[in-house]
Amino acid sequence: MASAFEYAPAPESRSVVDIAPSYGLFIDGEFTGAADGKVFKTVSPSTEEVLSEVARAGTEDVDRAVGAARRAFVKWSALPGSERAKYLFRIARIIQERSRELAVLETLDNGKPIKETRDADLPLVAAHFFYYAGWADKLDHAGLGGDPRPLGVAGQVIPWNFPLLMLAWKIAPALATGNTVVLKPAETTPLSALFFADICRQAGLPRGVVNILPGYGDAGAALVAHPDVDKVAFTGSTAVGKAIARQVAGTRKKVTLELGGKGANIVFDDAPIDQAVEGIVTGIFFNQGQVCCAGSRLLVQESIHDELLDSLKRRLSTLRLGDPLDKNTDIGAINSAEQLSRITTLVEQGEAEGAQRWSPSCELPSAGYWFAPTLFTNVTQAHTVARDEIFGPVLSVLTFRTPDEAVAKANNTQYGLSAGIWTEKGSRILAVANKLRAGVVWSNTFNKFDPTSPFGGYKESGYGREGGRHGLEAYLDV
Amino acid sequence: MSDKPKKTHKGGKDDRAESAGSRRLGVLKTYKLYVGGKFPRSESGRVYEVTDSKGTWLANAPRASRKDARDAVVAARKAFGGWSGATAYNRGQVLYRVAEMLEGRTHQFAREVADAEGLSKAKAAEQVEAAIDRWVWYAGWTDKIAQVVGGGNPVAGPFFNLSTPEPTGVVAVLAPQESSFLGLVSVIAPVIATGNTAVVIASERSPLPALSLAEVLATSDLPGGVVNILTGGTAEIAAPLAAHQDVNAIDLAGAGEALAKELEIAAADNLKRVVRPQPVDHLATPGIERLTAFLETKTVWHPTGALGASGSSY
Repeated sequence: MASAFEYAPAPESRSVVDIAPSYGLFIDGEFTGAADGKVFKTVSPSTEEVLSEVARAGTEDVDRAVGAARRAFVKWSALPGSERAKYLFRIARIIQERSRELAVLETLDNGKPIKETRDADLPLVAAHFFYYAGWADKLDHAGLGGDPRPLGVAGQVIPWNFPLLMLAWKIAPALATGNTVVLKPAETTPLSALFFADICRQAGLPRGVVNILPGYGDAGAALVAHPDVDKVAFTGSTAVGKAIARQVAGTRKKVTLELGGKGANIVFDDAPIDQAVEGIVTGIFFNQGQVCCAGSRLLVQESIHDELLDSLKRRLSTLRLGDPLDKNTDIGAINSAEQLSRITTLVEQGEAEGAQRWSPSCELPSAGYWFAPTLFTNVTQAHTVARDEIFGPVLSVLTFRTPDEAVAKANNTQYGLSAGIWTEKGSRILAVANKLRAGVVWSNTFNKFDPTSPFGGYKESGYGREGGRHGLEAYLDV
Repeated sequence: MSDKPKKTHKGGKDDRAESAGSRRLGVLKTYKLYVGGKFPRSESGRVYEVTDSKGTWLANAPRASRKDARDAVVAARKAFGGWSGATAYNRGQVLYRVAEMLEGRTHQFAREVADAEGLSKAKAAEQVEAAIDRWVWYAGWTDKIAQVVGGGNPVAGPFFNLSTPEPTGVVAVLAPQESSFLGLVSVIAPVIATGNTAVVIASERSPLPALSLAEVLATSDLPGGVVNILTGGTAEIAAPLAAHQDVNAIDLAGAGEALAKELEIAAADNLKRVVRPQPVDHLATPGIERLTAFLETKTVWHPTGALGASGSSY
């Protein structure tokens, strides 16, 4: 759609962040190379520029890091909670101080718009540490029994969609409860975790309390399997989550899994259309749809289908896709070539199965990994695009006539992470929210997060909760 | 009914055979499964001999098959909507009713437990009384657990945000092997207190108290299918339950180490919630772990609107 007013470029300055040409693993308070000397490159998904070369952790490094965490556990777990709290408060404050730098870094390494890293990721990261810092000396009051004890060494594996936020969700509660940590960031987004290692040093965190092991799936698997790991926390795909659940069977390891989703966003005929459209856009195009709780299935009441789709298409035509560092950008780059190819394959399958594909006219940059915002209409529940998690900016539109039908369709998935409800009728919100088998239900809003609010799924979206008082339980022997 | 224990040969003990000092031939009970509120035999037609701790024959119990297990899951799923949708108050009353029904049958259960576990009459009665009290304890939890583990969350924005626990769905329960009645009650009651439905595998060696409990459940206003009780080979029945795609969770209390590991691996296929076997003193008052193990947390957000300089937005 031609616009009366074009936007001038408004790039955020890159100079605020200084990326070194190479990084090591962070073990026992020191940056070090991998035992076998392996490295890998991390690229900016929006330009394919190589940002840095990073040590690639292997089995031996995992063993070393777990050993360091085990040694550190003795003193760390014995610290008074009030002292652990102060370290975490320090970390929260340093993150706030360095949030501009970290936002730019995250945008470079991940490809997501600076608007999101600046206004969502980083504020939530700092808030998460601040929130759990306050719990460290109040665990007796958490309703988890009189003397909750830390588990020991937590092995944590996080995804690339919210690298630093997922790190915060994992590390903050683990440290607050007195555990020590070995964390493996995703291979496409290792940098912010390594900057976090530097923040731990600035905060004076004792050696070995936090260890960061950039690497691939093999390092993650070795970490999960390590006999001296007491707790496994994983966020990522349902397939890997199941493999982890099998791996830990018969052990003492406590596990929390935050996995895939196929969230239903249900719009009733009395919903305020403009607000619903904004919510639908937030639901599926936030972070290019690379969000486990994305509202990737739109369920529209039949009577307003055409009107809603017209509004939605109009709105999508105004989204700006391009340079993630530009402050006006709405849609950034897909995180990797691999993810782009997965999205492309599933979308092609959607077309082949007979769903109708639509995208706004949208110019994609020549370098980097990009995918235009995409809608599928004429979608049935049997279509792959209505069943499989695409993890990209692709929305499948289905219709319903009655609230019961909406609930049945919403629940017709192996997942159960999130759902949305749009209606002006309060009793309908409460009734439908009651019947949805999902861990987070957003009514007349979508994709809202807060450190005090527990997050996690039903069914094959995983188990355990992150955030809030509930999030403590995952790291305590209760 | 005679309470006098009397040693007999094969052909049964106590009141199920000849009563002491009487010519009357006792009426033996055919022990049957409990599925969907009904008492079917195993579809396989198989039974196995159940003996007391000294090896004396007590009864032939059904040896449930994979098909029985699947039928039980279907019954449990069918019952889930109604039971999870019942008010917590109502569920509490039903659980309390189970205790009431049991109270009048204390002697019968004490006898069955004594036979099953080789306990003295007094020890067996202690087990049964503790089991009755356990129903009462969990009856009281039904309308309190949501307040203890749920609550409002003070999010940093204009949103109402509430977390509430919800039952996870159909739970497969491997009842403890040793504690045939108190252990059994201790794993069933917390599952159904919160609105889950259960498929229970009774102690393999001592299944009779479980099958008699079914008769109590059937007369306690508990809707059919909320609790389904199977007897037979624990490993044989547990395998299809652990692998079943419409089972949401599994309590491995009655599994040995090797079987527990095997079942936990099978359970990963649809990410069942798993409670691993652990040593439990069934006579001690339990914590709430068995309640929370089969609960999901649902968090609902809604804008609260705001009063600002630009006027009301609510």
